[in-house]
Amino acid sequence: MAKEAMSAHGPRHVGAGAAAIESAWEGGGSPYAVSSKKLGMWLFIVSDAITFSALLVAYSYVRVASAAWPRPFESPSIVNATVMTGVLLSSSLTMVMAVRASKLGAVSSTFGWLFATAAGGILFDILHVREWLGLIHEGVRLFSNPWGTPLFGAAFFSLTGLHMTHVTIGVVYLIVVALGFRRSKFSAEDVEVSGLYWHFVDLVWMFIFPLVYLMSAKLG
Amino acid sequence: MSATAEQAHQEGSKKLFMVVWVSLLVLTGTEVFLAYQNLELKLMLIILMTLSIIKASLIIAYFMHLRFERASLAWTLMPALVFVIVMMFMAFPDSVRLYEMTPE
Repeated sequence: MAKEAMSAHGPRHVGAGAAAIESAWEGGGSPYAVSSKKLGMWLFIVSDAITFSALLVAYSYVRVASAAWPRPFESPSIVNATVMTGVLLSSSLTMVMAVRASKLGAVSSTFGWLFATAAGGILFDILHVREWLGLIHEGVRLFSNPWGTPLFGAAFFSLTGLHMTHVTIGVVYLIVVALGFRRSKFSAEDVEVSGLYWHFVDLVWMFIFPLVYLMSAKLG
Repeated sequence: MSATAEQAHQEGSKKLFMVVWVSLLVLTGTEVFLAYQNLELKLMLIILMTLSIIKASLIIAYFMHLRFERASLAWTLMPALVFVIVMMFMAFPDSVRLYEMTPE
Protein backbone atom coordinates (compact mmCIF):
# COMPACT_ATOMS: atom_id res chain seq x y z
CA MET A 1 0.00 0.00 0.00
CA ALA A 2 2.76 2.41 1.02
CA LYS A 3 4.74 1.54 -2.06
CA GLU A 4 1.84 2.26 -4.40
CA ALA A 5 1.25 5.65 -2.78
CA MET A 6 4.93 6.47 -3.15
CA SER A 7 4.99 5.75 -6.84
CA ALA A 8 1.68 7.48 -7.43
CA HIS A 9 2.76 10.69 -5.81
CA GLY A 10 6.32 10.61 -7.07
CA PRO A 11 9.12 12.66 -5.59
CA ARG A 12 6.89 15.07 -3.62
CA HIS A 13 7.29 12.87 -0.54
CA VAL A 14 10.54 12.23 1.18
CA GLY A 15 9.94 9.27 3.50
CA ALA A 16 7.95 6.05 3.14
CA GLY A 17 6.33 6.88 6.50
CA ALA A 18 4.77 10.09 5.19
CA ALA A 19 3.42 8.26 2.15
CA ALA A 20 1.92 5.50 4.30
CA ILE A 21 0.18 8.06 6.52
CA GLU A 22 -1.16 9.95 3.55
CA SER A 23 -2.46 6.82 1.89
CA ALA A 24 -4.29 5.93 5.13
CA TRP A 25 -5.88 9.40 5.18
CA GLU A 26 -6.91 9.04 1.58
CA GLY A 27 -8.81 5.90 2.46
CA GLY A 28 -6.16 3.55 1.15
CA GLY A 29 -5.04 2.12 4.44
CA SER A 30 -7.15 0.15 6.90
CA PRO A 31 -5.53 0.60 10.30
CA TYR A 32 -7.97 -1.71 12.08
CA ALA A 33 -8.50 -4.19 9.24
CA VAL A 34 -12.26 -4.17 9.86
CA SER A 35 -15.07 -2.81 7.71
CA SER A 36 -16.65 0.55 8.49
CA LYS A 37 -19.88 -1.20 9.58
CA LYS A 38 -18.04 -3.22 12.18
CA LEU A 39 -15.99 -0.26 13.39
CA GLY A 40 -19.19 1.80 13.61
CA MET A 41 -20.87 -0.86 15.73
CA TRP A 42 -17.82 -1.06 18.00
CA LEU A 43 -17.81 2.72 18.50
CA PHE A 44 -21.54 2.64 19.27
CA ILE A 45 -20.97 -0.18 21.75
CA VAL A 46 -18.23 1.77 23.55
CA SER A 47 -20.46 4.85 23.87
CA ASP A 48 -23.43 2.73 24.97
CA ALA A 49 -21.19 0.97 27.50
CA ILE A 50 -20.34 4.37 28.96
CA THR A 51 -24.07 5.21 29.25
CA PHE A 52 -24.74 1.98 31.12
CA SER A 53 -21.62 2.49 33.27
CA ALA A 54 -22.89 5.91 34.34
CA LEU A 55 -26.22 4.40 35.40
CA LEU A 56 -24.55 1.45 37.14
CA VAL A 57 -22.06 3.66 39.01
CA ALA A 58 -24.87 6.03 40.08
CA TYR A 59 -26.94 3.06 41.20
CA SER A 60 -24.04 1.54 43.17
CA TYR A 61 -23.30 4.89 44.78
CA VAL A 62 -26.85 5.21 46.11
CA ARG A 63 -26.88 1.54 47.06
CA VAL A 64 -23.71 1.77 49.19
CA ALA A 65 -24.75 5.13 50.70
CA SER A 66 -28.22 3.98 51.83
CA ALA A 67 -28.55 2.14 55.12
CA ALA A 68 -32.23 1.46 54.48
CA TRP A 69 -31.87 0.08 50.95
CA PRO A 70 -34.75 -2.32 50.24
CA ARG A 71 -33.94 -5.99 49.78
CA PRO A 72 -37.02 -7.18 47.92
CA PHE A 73 -35.44 -10.10 46.07
CA GLU A 74 -36.18 -13.32 47.88
CA SER A 75 -35.28 -16.78 46.62
CA PRO A 76 -37.95 -17.02 43.86
CA SER A 77 -36.78 -13.68 42.37
CA ILE A 78 -33.15 -14.75 42.48
CA VAL A 79 -33.99 -18.06 40.79
CA ASN A 80 -35.98 -16.14 38.15
CA ALA A 81 -33.08 -13.72 37.52
CA THR A 82 -30.60 -16.62 37.38
CA VAL A 83 -32.76 -18.33 34.75
CA MET A 84 -32.88 -15.02 32.82
CA THR A 85 -29.07 -14.86 32.95
CA GLY A 86 -28.84 -18.43 31.67
CA VAL A 87 -31.28 -17.66 28.84
CA LEU A 88 -29.29 -14.59 27.78
CA LEU A 89 -25.94 -16.42 27.95
CA SER A 90 -27.36 -19.29 25.90
CA SER A 91 -28.75 -16.85 23.33
CA SER A 92 -25.19 -15.50 23.00
CA LEU A 93 -24.03 -19.03 22.23
CA THR A 94 -26.70 -19.45 19.53
CA MET A 95 -25.64 -16.04 18.16
CA VAL A 96 -22.04 -17.24 17.87
CA MET A 97 -23.34 -20.31 16.03
CA ALA A 98 -25.32 -18.03 13.66
CA VAL A 99 -22.21 -15.98 12.87
CA ARG A 100 -20.25 -19.17 12.29
CA ALA A 101 -22.93 -20.64 10.03
CA SER A 102 -23.21 -17.39 8.06
CA LYS A 103 -19.44 -17.39 7.42
CA LEU A 104 -19.70 -20.95 6.14
CA GLY A 105 -22.51 -19.81 3.82
CA ALA A 106 -25.13 -22.06 5.43
CA VAL A 107 -28.23 -19.92 4.87
CA SER A 108 -30.96 -21.99 6.51
CA SER A 109 -28.90 -22.85 9.57
CA THR A 110 -27.92 -19.17 10.01
CA PHE A 111 -31.61 -18.31 9.82
CA GLY A 112 -32.44 -20.95 12.43
CA TRP A 113 -29.71 -19.89 14.87
CA LEU A 114 -30.69 -16.21 14.52
CA PHE A 115 -34.32 -17.06 15.29
CA ALA A 116 -33.24 -19.16 18.29
CA THR A 117 -31.29 -16.11 19.52
CA ALA A 118 -34.28 -13.82 19.04
CA ALA A 119 -36.48 -16.37 20.86
CA GLY A 120 -34.05 -16.26 23.79
CA GLY A 121 -34.42 -12.48 23.85
CA ILE A 122 -38.22 -12.75 23.84
CA LEU A 123 -38.15 -15.30 26.68
CA PHE A 124 -35.84 -12.98 28.64
CA ASP A 125 -38.27 -10.08 28.13
CA ILE A 126 -41.26 -12.16 29.24
CA LEU A 127 -39.50 -13.28 32.43
CA HIS A 128 -38.38 -9.71 33.11
CA VAL A 129 -41.81 -8.15 32.59
CA ARG A 130 -43.25 -10.76 34.98
CA GLU A 131 -40.67 -9.64 37.55
CA TRP A 132 -41.56 -5.97 37.02
CA LEU A 133 -45.29 -6.60 37.37
CA GLY A 134 -44.63 -8.51 40.61
CA LEU A 135 -42.69 -5.56 42.07
CA ILE A 136 -45.29 -3.02 40.92
CA HIS A 137 -47.99 -5.17 42.49
CA GLU A 138 -46.05 -5.13 45.78
CA GLY A 139 -46.17 -1.32 45.69
CA VAL A 140 -42.83 -0.30 44.17
CA ARG A 141 -43.11 3.06 42.38
CA LEU A 142 -40.42 5.30 40.91
CA PHE A 143 -40.12 7.44 44.04
CA SER A 144 -41.69 5.30 46.74
CA ASN A 145 -41.74 1.72 47.96
CA PRO A 146 -43.03 -0.02 51.10
CA TRP A 147 -39.57 -0.94 52.44
CA GLY A 148 -36.98 1.85 52.57
CA THR A 149 -34.91 4.25 50.45
CA PRO A 150 -37.48 5.78 48.04
CA LEU A 151 -34.94 5.96 45.19
CA PHE A 152 -34.91 2.17 44.85
CA GLY A 153 -37.74 2.21 42.29
CA ALA A 154 -36.17 4.88 40.08
CA ALA A 155 -32.77 3.16 40.17
CA PHE A 156 -34.21 -0.30 39.50
CA PHE A 157 -36.67 0.63 36.76
CA SER A 158 -34.36 2.99 34.85
CA LEU A 159 -31.45 0.55 34.83
CA THR A 160 -33.39 -2.62 34.00
CA GLY A 161 -35.77 -0.65 31.75
CA LEU A 162 -32.94 0.65 29.58
CA HIS A 163 -31.55 -2.87 29.36
CA MET A 164 -34.96 -4.32 28.47
CA THR A 165 -35.26 -1.70 25.72
CA HIS A 166 -31.90 -2.85 24.35
CA VAL A 167 -33.03 -6.50 24.39
CA THR A 168 -36.28 -5.63 22.62
CA ILE A 169 -34.49 -3.57 19.95
CA GLY A 170 -32.02 -6.45 19.61
CA VAL A 171 -34.82 -8.95 18.98
CA VAL A 172 -36.22 -6.76 16.18
CA TYR A 173 -32.70 -6.21 14.77
CA LEU A 174 -31.98 -9.97 14.74
CA ILE A 175 -35.27 -10.82 13.04
CA VAL A 176 -34.66 -8.15 10.36
CA VAL A 177 -31.13 -9.46 9.78
CA ALA A 178 -32.33 -13.09 9.70
CA LEU A 179 -35.00 -12.33 7.08
CA GLY A 180 -32.60 -10.14 5.07
CA PHE A 181 -29.85 -12.76 5.15
CA ARG A 182 -32.21 -15.40 3.80
CA ARG A 183 -33.13 -13.08 0.92
CA SER A 184 -29.41 -12.36 0.32
CA LYS A 185 -30.06 -8.71 1.17
CA PHE A 186 -27.59 -8.88 4.06
CA SER A 187 -24.16 -10.48 4.10
CA ALA A 188 -22.38 -12.65 6.65
CA GLU A 189 -20.74 -9.49 7.88
CA ASP A 190 -24.11 -7.93 8.72
CA VAL A 191 -24.88 -11.03 10.79
CA GLU A 192 -21.56 -10.61 12.59
CA VAL A 193 -22.23 -6.92 13.32
CA SER A 194 -25.68 -7.74 14.73
CA GLY A 195 -23.92 -10.37 16.83
CA LEU A 196 -21.63 -7.72 18.33
CA TYR A 197 -24.70 -5.79 19.47
CA TRP A 198 -26.36 -8.87 20.93
CA HIS A 199 -23.28 -9.94 22.89
CA PHE A 200 -23.01 -6.42 24.26
CA VAL A 201 -26.59 -6.59 25.57
CA ASP A 202 -25.63 -9.88 27.22
CA LEU A 203 -22.47 -8.31 28.66
CA VAL A 204 -24.39 -5.44 30.28
CA TRP A 205 -26.68 -7.92 32.02
CA MET A 206 -23.57 -9.55 33.53
CA PHE A 207 -23.22 -6.35 35.59
CA ILE A 208 -26.90 -5.61 36.21
CA PHE A 209 -27.63 -9.10 37.54
CA PRO A 210 -25.09 -9.07 40.41
CA LEU A 211 -25.39 -5.36 41.20
CA VAL A 212 -29.17 -5.07 41.18
CA TYR A 213 -30.36 -8.53 42.14
CA LEU A 214 -27.62 -10.21 44.16
CA MET A 215 -26.71 -7.05 46.10
CA SER A 216 -30.35 -6.59 47.16
CA ALA A 217 -31.20 -10.20 47.84
CA LYS A 218 -32.87 -11.36 51.03
CA LEU A 219 -31.87 -14.98 51.37
CA GLY A 220 -31.46 -17.62 54.03
CA MET B 1 -15.75 -19.59 0.23
CA SER B 2 -13.10 -22.06 1.31
CA ALA B 3 -10.93 -19.20 2.58
CA THR B 4 -13.70 -17.87 4.81
CA ALA B 5 -14.58 -21.37 5.98
CA GLU B 6 -10.98 -21.93 6.97
CA GLN B 7 -10.95 -18.59 8.74
CA ALA B 8 -14.10 -19.45 10.69
CA HIS B 9 -12.48 -22.69 11.71
CA GLN B 10 -9.27 -21.07 12.88
CA GLU B 11 -10.80 -18.21 14.82
CA GLY B 12 -13.03 -20.15 17.13
CA SER B 13 -14.15 -23.70 16.98
CA LYS B 14 -17.53 -24.85 18.30
CA LYS B 15 -15.65 -26.46 21.17
CA LEU B 16 -14.02 -23.17 22.20
CA PHE B 17 -17.40 -21.38 22.25
CA MET B 18 -18.93 -24.19 24.30
CA VAL B 19 -16.06 -23.93 26.81
CA VAL B 20 -16.56 -20.15 27.09
CA TRP B 21 -20.33 -20.61 27.49
CA VAL B 22 -19.91 -23.22 30.23
CA SER B 23 -17.34 -21.00 32.04
CA LEU B 24 -19.81 -18.10 31.95
CA LEU B 25 -22.56 -20.30 33.40
CA VAL B 26 -20.21 -21.60 36.13
CA LEU B 27 -19.16 -18.03 37.05
CA THR B 28 -22.84 -17.03 37.22
CA GLY B 29 -23.51 -20.03 39.45
CA THR B 30 -20.65 -18.97 41.72
CA GLU B 31 -22.12 -15.47 42.04
CA VAL B 32 -25.55 -16.84 42.96
CA PHE B 33 -23.94 -19.24 45.47
CA LEU B 34 -22.09 -16.30 47.08
CA ALA B 35 -25.35 -14.36 47.37
CA TYR B 36 -26.71 -17.18 49.56
CA GLN B 37 -23.69 -16.86 51.92
CA ASN B 38 -24.81 -13.42 53.22
CA LEU B 39 -21.36 -11.84 53.05
CA GLU B 40 -20.61 -8.32 54.21
CA LEU B 41 -21.80 -5.72 51.65
CA LYS B 42 -18.48 -4.20 50.55
CA LEU B 43 -16.70 -7.59 50.36
CA MET B 44 -19.63 -8.93 48.34
CA LEU B 45 -19.47 -5.93 45.97
CA ILE B 46 -15.74 -6.45 45.35
CA ILE B 47 -16.05 -10.21 44.70
CA LEU B 48 -19.08 -9.81 42.43
CA MET B 49 -17.44 -7.03 40.41
CA THR B 50 -14.26 -9.10 39.95
CA LEU B 51 -16.26 -12.09 38.70
CA SER B 52 -18.37 -9.85 36.44
CA ILE B 53 -15.30 -8.24 34.89
CA ILE B 54 -13.93 -11.74 34.15
CA LYS B 55 -17.26 -12.65 32.52
CA ALA B 56 -17.34 -9.44 30.50
CA SER B 57 -13.76 -10.04 29.31
CA LEU B 58 -14.65 -13.57 28.17
CA ILE B 59 -17.63 -12.24 26.21
CA ILE B 60 -15.60 -9.43 24.61
CA ALA B 61 -12.59 -11.61 23.78
CA TYR B 62 -14.35 -14.68 22.37
CA PHE B 63 -18.03 -14.01 21.62
CA MET B 64 -17.35 -10.50 20.34
CA HIS B 65 -14.26 -11.80 18.64
CA LEU B 66 -11.96 -8.98 19.77
CA ARG B 67 -9.11 -11.38 20.54
CA PHE B 68 -8.98 -12.37 16.89
CA GLU B 69 -9.10 -8.81 15.51
CA ARG B 70 -6.01 -6.73 14.84
CA ALA B 71 -4.60 -5.50 18.17
CA SER B 72 -4.98 -1.84 17.11
CA LEU B 73 -8.78 -2.14 17.38
CA ALA B 74 -8.65 -3.31 21.00
CA TRP B 75 -6.04 -0.68 21.84
CA THR B 76 -8.26 2.05 20.39
CA LEU B 77 -11.49 0.96 22.09
CA MET B 78 -10.62 -0.51 25.46
CA PRO B 79 -8.26 1.99 27.17
CA ALA B 80 -10.70 4.84 26.42
CA LEU B 81 -13.61 2.87 27.87
CA VAL B 82 -11.67 1.83 30.97
CA PHE B 83 -10.41 5.38 31.50
CA VAL B 84 -13.91 6.88 31.38
CA ILE B 85 -15.30 4.26 33.75
CA VAL B 86 -12.41 4.74 36.21
CA MET B 87 -13.04 8.51 36.15
CA MET B 88 -16.67 7.87 37.11
CA PHE B 89 -15.46 6.28 40.33
CA MET B 90 -13.62 9.43 41.39
CA ALA B 91 -16.34 10.51 43.80
CA PHE B 92 -17.42 7.00 44.73
CA PRO B 93 -15.74 6.80 48.19
CA ASP B 94 -18.11 9.58 49.22
CA SER B 95 -20.92 6.99 49.25
CA VAL B 96 -19.22 5.24 52.19
CA ARG B 97 -19.01 8.57 54.04
CA LEU B 98 -22.73 9.16 53.44
CA TYR B 99 -23.50 5.70 54.77
CA GLU B 100 -21.48 6.26 57.93
CA MET B 101 -23.02 9.69 58.53
CA THR B 102 -26.59 8.42 58.22
CA PRO B 103 -28.36 8.98 61.55
CA GLU B 104 -29.56 5.70 63.07
